[in-house]
Amino acid sequence: MGSWDSLLLHPTTVGGKLLLMVIAIAVFALVMAVVLALADRLGRFPGWVTALVFLFPVLGLVCFGLIYPALVTIKNSFFDATSDKFVGFANFATVLTGSEFLITLRNTLAWVLLVPLLATGIGLVYAVLVDRARVERFAKTLIFMPMAISMVGASLIWKFVYNDRVGILSRCYVTVAGWFGNEDAQAPHWLMNAPWNTFFLMVIMIWIQAGFAMTVLSASIKAIPDDIVEAGRLDGLTGVKMFRYVTVPMIRPSLVVVMTTVAMTALKAFDIVRTMQGGHFHASVVANDFYTWSFNNHDAGIGGALAVLLFVIVVPVIAYNVNQLKKAEDIR
Amino acid sequence: MKRSISKGMAAGLGVALAVTMAACGKTEPNNNSSGGSGDVDCSVYSQYGDLKGKSISIYTTFVDAEGATYEESFKGFEQCTGADIKYEGSKSLTTDVLGRIEAGAVADIVAFPQPGLLQQAVATGKVLEAPAAVAKNVDTYWTTSWRDYGSVDGKLYASPLGASVKSLVWYSPQAFKDAGYAVPETWDDLLVLTDQITKDGDVKPWCVGIADGDATGWVATDWVEDMVLRSAGPAAYAQWVNHESPFNDPKIVESLEEMSKIVRNDAYVNAGIGNIQSIAATPWTDGGTPLLDGQCFLHRQASFYGGNYAQESATVAEDGDVWAFYLPSADPSIKPILGAGDFVAAFADRPEVVAFQTFLSSPDWANAKAKVTEGGWTTANNGLDKANLRSAVDQLAFELLSDPSAEFRFDGSDLMPAQVGSDAFWKQMTAYFAENKSEQAVADAIEAAWPKS
Repeated sequence: MGSWDSLLLHPTTVGGKLLLMVIAIAVFALVMAVVLALADRLGRFPGWVTALVFLFPVLGLVCFGLIYPALVTIKNSFFDATSDKFVGFANFATVLTGSEFLITLRNTLAWVLLVPLLATGIGLVYAVLVDRARVERFAKTLIFMPMAISMVGASLIWKFVYNDRVGILSRCYVTVAGWFGNEDAQAPHWLMNAPWNTFFLMVIMIWIQAGFAMTVLSASIKAIPDDIVEAGRLDGLTGVKMFRYVTVPMIRPSLVVVMTTVAMTALKAFDIVRTMQGGHFHASVVANDFYTWSFNNHDAGIGGALAVLLFVIVVPVIAYNVNQLKKAEDIR
Repeated sequence: MKRSISKGMAAGLGVALAVTMAACGKTEPNNNSSGGSGDVDCSVYSQYGDLKGKSISIYTTFVDAEGATYEESFKGFEQCTGADIKYEGSKSLTTDVLGRIEAGAVADIVAFPQPGLLQQAVATGKVLEAPAAVAKNVDTYWTTSWRDYGSVDGKLYASPLGASVKSLVWYSPQAFKDAGYAVPETWDDLLVLTDQITKDGDVKPWCVGIADGDATGWVATDWVEDMVLRSAGPAAYAQWVNHESPFNDPKIVESLEEMSKIVRNDAYVNAGIGNIQSIAATPWTDGGTPLLDGQCFLHRQASFYGGNYAQESATVAEDGDVWAFYLPSADPSIKPILGAGDFVAAFADRPEVVAFQTFLSSPDWANAKAKVTEGGWTTANNGLDKANLRSAVDQLAFELLSDPSAEFRFDGSDLMPAQVGSDAFWKQMTAYFAENKSEQAVADAIEAAWPKS
């Protein structure tokens, strides 16, 4: 590396940094000006050429910010810790055979399956129950409020709930145990005993995501045409049957979208796991292990393999999501 | 219409750009330093020359109040040389510093909290060898073992900065006096005392807390290291840390079993907090608190824990509320001391960077830092005037560090590869408490996590 490019690209002085910023803005302005000028000239060309010219900056950024790093990560996953030596599938073998990694995979799977099901289920039942009730708005606000809290904030709140000495869950446990005659019962360490601790962590995400599910599903329920509900009623449907044969089929596209969205959020459960216990007590998930191996253990190989694995898991969910969206559009 | 709009936009961008440029030119801050000496004695700084208008950046893990004491300790240097020190502290240094080095966007000087991380940084080829003046200071003011921790393959890259002593047991002098206990001189005495405390009263003797977010477990690794030093000996300790002998060597497993005599005995732990499992759930910062209200008698924790007691407004002194004694070894003629420290290495060799690096490795800085720090900091720099340390326990730690009869050994988990030292070792020790995992199984699992190459 020459000294001129290190001065230009890695400035250490304020003046140098400002100069770099000015140059960056100038380059950006230049690119935009060229794009606009080209689009202007190309007015007579077919539409797809114009589209391509306008898409160019976005495509460029996607390539540089998303595709290039993704390719590098995939490459890293086949190399050793410092990305110097090709090791083939060794990193994947480590990840897929290590006993602790398998626990991580099991936990991730549990997150992806249970969190969407429970969050959507709770949100749906709640939406149906409060639909057209007198306190609908208030009730909806109550369950929607956790959505406004960040994952880390929610984790800190629940840390107090689960605290084995002052936590409300622990106090309830001790009180209930007292009723049953066990006077000196001690609350268990909720977050310490695998595999149940993973479930206690999931509760936090369900608590947050149920509000999201409820809002979307409530809107879809309200969008069900009255004549269909009316027709169902004439055919003698009430209560649970109405829910089963009219409500659910009518909002099916929304249900799928909510479930897949929550599933993708659950795959990224990193914040909760890291804040609550940092991957200890056999409650880690792939995203957390990826972080630990990439940035704590400085092993780009294993870290890359975990990232690729996470990508492989998320692809079917996204594909299903897109597919369902398409189907929903076809119906329309 | 369409045409004119895009032309207008292009022109607009140009104007905006010109305005931005002009604004940038004006807002550039001028780096003129006051140059005034104030109440600082500038004579000690004259050797670093005139650095007016020069700036040096330093990146450390110290933030908040702790970080402020570092900035404060650079004031004299800034005032007398005219240099401008740009201080950056971040708790995530250990996770982002290697990335920053690769990207070439790292500060002039970095304070590495562990020699293991320093070694990884040196492996990138971007760390500069310590300049001659720094090497001279290190040779003069530190022992050779400290020089070795800052060296890779025999070449000195980093000078030691701060240090801490971990082989300490905190106790309440008043409680000891009331019960008629004496400070134990040997490991067996300590076990006898532990047993005595349980017999005398309805209390458990030891309180322990190892929780620290994703770093949960490090307190327990310090315990293990202290036990290996005492049970297997300093020579076996060195082999174990360098992986010349396996992690699950019988000697290490024995040391773990010796440790279990205290920390996995339901009659001995976890005083004032709960059962054995509660050790894994108790934040390390709360681990020693039960000592203050008489619910706990003994708490093994590093010298910097004095800062935590001071925060609880307890007097840390030999005749105060809390004090610490040296964790004794089986054979009192051997005095192993476990400790840790941080190391500063440079990524630039501009004259002002070399001057600042030299300053950091000198007693001038150590004394300046001691004067502005209330407690929780010490150094192995023997040029430090002990009287400048404002906390009694820091003075005790400094005495231990400069005790010629003591055998100082560096915190092993800081020297082991990160996969072990700051991952598997932590996690397995957490499982040791949380799941009652056997000593052998813990050692086997950590050995299995050791990188193959």
